[in-house]
Order: sequence, then structure tokens, then C-alpha cells
Amino acid sequence: MERKVAMEEQNKLLNDVTQADYKYGFVTDIETDIIEKGLNEDIIRLISKKKGEPEFMLNFRLEAFKKWEKMEMPDWAYLKIPPIDLQSISYYAAPKKQPKYESLDEVDPELLDTFNKLGIPVEEQKHLAGVAVDVVMDSVSVKTTFKETLAEKGIIFCSFSEAVKEHPELVKKYLGKAVPVSDNYFAALNSAVFSDGSFCYIPKGVRCPMELSTYFRINAANTGQFERTLIVADDDSYVSYLEGCTAPMRDENQLHAAVVEIITMDRAEVKYSTVQNWYPGNKEGVGGIYNFVTKRGVCRGVSSKISWTQVETGSAITWKYPSCILLGDNSVGEFNSVALTNNFQQADTGSKMIHIGKNTKSTIISKGISAGRSDNSYRGLVKVMPGAKNSRNFSQCDSLLLNDTCGAHTFPYIDVRNKSSVVEHEATTSKIGEDQIFYCNQRGIDTETAIGMIVNGYAKEVLNKLPMEFAVEAQKLLQLSLEGSVG
Amino acid sequence: MLLYSSFERVGEAFLKRATIMLKIKNLYASVDGQEILKGINLEIKPGEVHAIMGPNGSGKSTLANVLAGKQEYEVTAGEVTFLGENLLDKAPETRAKDGLFLSFQYPVEIPGVPMANFIKTAVNEHRVHRGEKELTAGQFLKLMREKMELVEMKTKLTNRSVNEGFSGGEKKKNEIFQMAMLEPKLAILDETDSGLDIDALRTVANGVNALKSPETSSIVITHYQRLLDYIVPDFVHILYHGKIVKTAGKELALELEEKGYDWIKSEKGN
Repeated sequence: MERKVAMEEQNKLLNDVTQADYKYGFVTDIETDIIEKGLNEDIIRLISKKKGEPEFMLNFRLEAFKKWEKMEMPDWAYLKIPPIDLQSISYYAAPKKQPKYESLDEVDPELLDTFNKLGIPVEEQKHLAGVAVDVVMDSVSVKTTFKETLAEKGIIFCSFSEAVKEHPELVKKYLGKAVPVSDNYFAALNSAVFSDGSFCYIPKGVRCPMELSTYFRINAANTGQFERTLIVADDDSYVSYLEGCTAPMRDENQLHAAVVEIITMDRAEVKYSTVQNWYPGNKEGVGGIYNFVTKRGVCRGVSSKISWTQVETGSAITWKYPSCILLGDNSVGEFNSVALTNNFQQADTGSKMIHIGKNTKSTIISKGISAGRSDNSYRGLVKVMPGAKNSRNFSQCDSLLLNDTCGAHTFPYIDVRNKSSVVEHEATTSKIGEDQIFYCNQRGIDTETAIGMIVNGYAKEVLNKLPMEFAVEAQKLLQLSLEGSVG
Repeated sequence: MLLYSSFERVGEAFLKRATIMLKIKNLYASVDGQEILKGINLEIKPGEVHAIMGPNGSGKSTLANVLAGKQEYEVTAGEVTFLGENLLDKAPETRAKDGLFLSFQYPVEIPGVPMANFIKTAVNEHRVHRGEKELTAGQFLKLMREKMELVEMKTKLTNRSVNEGFSGGEKKKNEIFQMAMLEPKLAILDETDSGLDIDALRTVANGVNALKSPETSSIVITHYQRLLDYIVPDFVHILYHGKIVKTAGKELALELEEKGYDWIKSEKGN
């Protein structure tokens, strides 16, 4: 009888933890400039005008819009997507105050408070070992730090809008080169209406001396978020770029359709790391962010390398396949992912590795974790073209189930068109062990801590690929998002 | 004089009550509806070593798991008090932090969790429970080195994931190492000798003996006499069909070794 009581208590604890309110669910009250809802050519012209863009940008947007109008929303993913009314979204929101600060004292205290709530105070960030923070609040960059240090090396790291104004030739040269405007429905939409994002250019032979990081945050109610990131690494350069996100609690679903493009030239390397923790909806599956992201890198130069590392715990729906096009001979693509779903979350995520150059190599490591009543799918394509002689791919897709009500699915696509290449695929599915939890309990470690430990252990291979300060944050996040749901 | 001796008597009674480590009264437990323990009675005082022997399936490991609080085991009747408190009401982690340690027969692997981190978390959970400060990194490392020496454990093992890729002997040493780190009041060693060669057995036993004190007790579950050559019990109990059918001193183990369990079976008419 006592045992039943103990079990009930444990279940209650698990429930409490699993169904705790979203920790970062708060709204910052900053004056926001929002244009009327809806999407048409006039709106696109208005966005471009409000941003004071040159003509090539307007043309880029209009071309994307025309292509998009003829496209249908993709329905091939293992996702149940409620209808999204794109006409009920406002496509531009910028904080009204657009100040330039010399020091933190001049920053809106409320904004600083937001970062304090996130546990990422800008003050500390500035002092953190070599991390420059480009804070994106809604769609417009409000503050950029370490810019001067970077400028000395010739590195450009700024908001996208600023790049359009200051470096139009670079933007014009590389925008849409990894993700063409007509690539897919959501990328086309983004290309038409994107409001801001980040731009990064690393010149020839420069190793970026610090990790570059951007904190995105969706903040204005009913505002679709369309970020655009473009990273160009010139010959023999290197950069590690971090992206992390949390969002305030919302009852209505919010659409997010970002595009990230990376281009690496000869022997250049870009490491792109993401920790994503957008509002996943409540425990009944109401609300949450719809996250439709297109991330793609092109290894244009010989022996260049692009690696994607992601820890995904948020969003009601995730549709995301960071990919590498291995064009240059001997180029290398990597994808390392931990995707965690709980309650009613749905994720269809994975990677695409397209081998075109000779001796190209790619690795895919995907760790899915499912809890609650969620569905977590891996979808990956490995394509080796006829000219990609002696190419290699290794894929490992593991799924961890925390109970009997969640789902894990794997959809690998393999297309090899020459005989000298080798493609390997490994997959495992396992359920979290009661014996492992009991072992921890017997050493005095409670169940929630035990689950956090076990899951972090399972995801370690990927977490180890994250930059140090991010890895710690990601571990906390996994623990926070996941505890409970063992049955 | 009269006054003194009455005080003495009160004191003795108090001591006696406080000095019962574990008391099991008429304990029944089942797994998947099948009754395994059928009325266990056992009393253990501080400083005592109790050996529990018995043929396969007699309920030895079930008893260990019930005491540690494993979920699948349902207690259907009986009482267990540990240091004067009702044990069965408590969550497994609370039992552990109160000072009950189980050395597992088959320690599980936890991939990706370094042993050092694992035991550090455990030690600090214990300390917080006792109202003590968590150990600093330096204090922890010092303690860990000290205890590793005790069981002759190699340094590299604590850098590896919990039990992952450990040999059978290393796993058992690791259990005793954890016991040394956590300093339990009552240690239950569930077939700690199984799968050990004679050298490893001696090392493990030395570790256990080094931790022995007048304030701590242990329950040694084993099939064989050989472990009891090293860890000398005060009492030997024979568990058979879910009941303790015979209790005696250490000589009982020798008798068992000589006659085998058939002797008990025939004595019990089964």
C-alpha cells in the first residue's frame, strides 16, 4: 500500500515537472511599430521602403513573392499542421526606439530585465570569454558588441539591414545563393518578407577570435518572425557561430520561417550551433511556435567544412533540415542534432547531405528524445552524385522513448550514383531504463535529476560538439524540458 | 545506588531502542502478482554483519530490492523500520540518503554519464540531506582518490561512463567504491562475490571490512561460503521459499557448504 502512495507521489512529481509553466514565458513591454496585417505586393514594397532598401533587395523580395504565390505548403512531413492564415499575420515589427548605445547604461532597462529573466545578462555576456552578442529583439538588431574588435580583423558582423546599407555588394553577391528564392514554400515566404537577421563575413585567412552569437526572440504578439542569416567565410577562414532562442508564452500560434545561408570558400570552416527553446505550447497542445526553417550551407571551395549542431527542445511544430551541399572537392559536411519533444510537440527534422565534389565526406548524428504524447521524426537525405567519386557518408540515428504514448520515426533517403562511394546508416530505438533510474535513486539521486542525467548522457556525443558555454546551457535546457514523462 | 541503577536501566532501554538498525516484521512481497517473500522476520543491530544464504529463487534479491524500494516489488504485508522510522513509506532516494546502500548484483550501465559526475551528484545529495554543505571540487577529488585506493580501483574508471565497458570485477569494485564514498549505515551486498576471481574477491572484501564500524551494519547476500571467509558474519540466515528457515552463527555457512541446500530442502520436507 505504501508503495502505491510512493508511486502516486512520484507520478505527481513527474507531472508537476513535466507540466510546469514555460519558464521563459513573459512578454517585454517595449513600444513596437507594427504594420497592418496581411500579405500582398504592396506590403512587400512597404517593408522594403520602411527599411530603406536598395532596389536589388526589393527585386529579390518581389521575385520571391511571385514564386511563392504559385507554391503550395508542403505536406510530406510527418506532421499534423493546423491551417495557418498567412493573411492574419503582420509582416513587420520593429521596436520604435532604435537607439545606438555607447554603454549598457543607455539601454532600455526593460530590455536588460528581459535578458536577466533569461539568465543571460548582457553585462555578463560582454565579459564572457570572447563572446560577441548581437541581440535581435523582434526583428531589428538593437545592440551589437565587440564590433570594433571584429572590425580590426576585417570581420563584418552586423544586422542584416545594416549589411544591406553598408555592404550591399556582399549581400547582393551571396544572398539566395545557398537557398534560392524558390527553394521551398517557407523559404520563398521568408525571402519575400524577411525583416532582419544577421550578416557575417570572415575575410581571407582570418580566424574569428571569438564565438559569434545571436539571441533571437519573438516578442510582438501576432507577428510572424522571418529572420534571415547569411554567413560567408572566405578562403582559409574560420568562424564559430552560435544561435540561441527562447520566446515569451503565447496562446496563439506563432509562425516562424527563418532562413540561414552559409557559404564557405577554399579551406574555410564554419561551425553553426543552435539551441532552440521556443514556446512549445501548453500541456494540452494549445499554442506554441510553428517553426519552419530552411538552413543550408554550400561548401563551395575545396577542402572547406560546414558543421551544424543543434539542440532543439521548443516549438509546437518543428520542420527543419540543416543541409550541406558539398560542391568543392574534399569538402566536409557535419550534422549533429538532439531533438527533444514532449507533451503534444511534433518534430520532423534531420539533414540533407548532397555530395557533388570528389572525396567529399559527411556525417549525420541524430539523437531524438520523445516524451509525453509527442511525435519525433528523423528525416534525412544522403545523395551522392556521379561525379562525387570516393565520397563517404556515415549516418547514425538514435531514438530514445520516455514512455508508451510518444512516437519516434526514422525516414532515411539514400541515393548513391557512383560505385566508388560508401554510405553507412545506423539506427537504434530504445526506451529509458527503469533500472537506470532506480540505480540513480538508490544512490540518493531523485528521479527528475536521474532522467536529466541519463538523457544528457545519451545526448552527450552531440552536446560535446557545442561550444563550452552553450553546452552548459543546453544541458540545463534538456533537463528542464524533459523531466518526467516516464511510464 | 538505587537511584543510579534505575537511571542506568532507563539509559539501557533507550540505547537498546536506538541501537536497532533494521527491523523486519512479517514481511510479504510479490512481483507481478507472484508472492516471493512470505513472512520475513529479521532484526539487525549496529555493528552486526548478517549473511543471507539460500538456493536460487528463494527470495534473496527480492528482499534486497524491497528494502531499497524498487517499484516492481509490491509489499503486501508486514513492516520494516530503519533507524526507528518506517522504511516502506519512503522514496528509494530518501532511503538511500538515510543511509541504506544496495550493492547491485547486476550494476546497470548509464552511457554518457561520467562515473565521477555521477558519484559527485550522489555524494552531494547525501550531504544536502544531512544539512551539510556540498563538497568543493578539490574536496571531492581528494575524497574520491582516497576511496578509490581502498578498492584498488583504476583512475581511468571514474572518467568513463557509469559501468560502461567495465569488466565484471570492475563493476563490483565500483559498487564498493560508491559505498565507500557514501558511507552508509546499512549496506546490502547482493551477491557481490558473483563473477569475481579470488583476487578481486579479496579486494572487494577488504574494502567492505575497512568500512566496518560499530555504528554500521551489513547484509551479505551470497550463495557461497568463500566470501564469508573474508567478511565474517555474526549471523547466517537461510532463506528458503520466501522465509528465513534457519539462523545460526558463522558455522552454519560451513555446514551449508558441506551439505548443500538439499539438506535444508529435505529438512523442510520439500
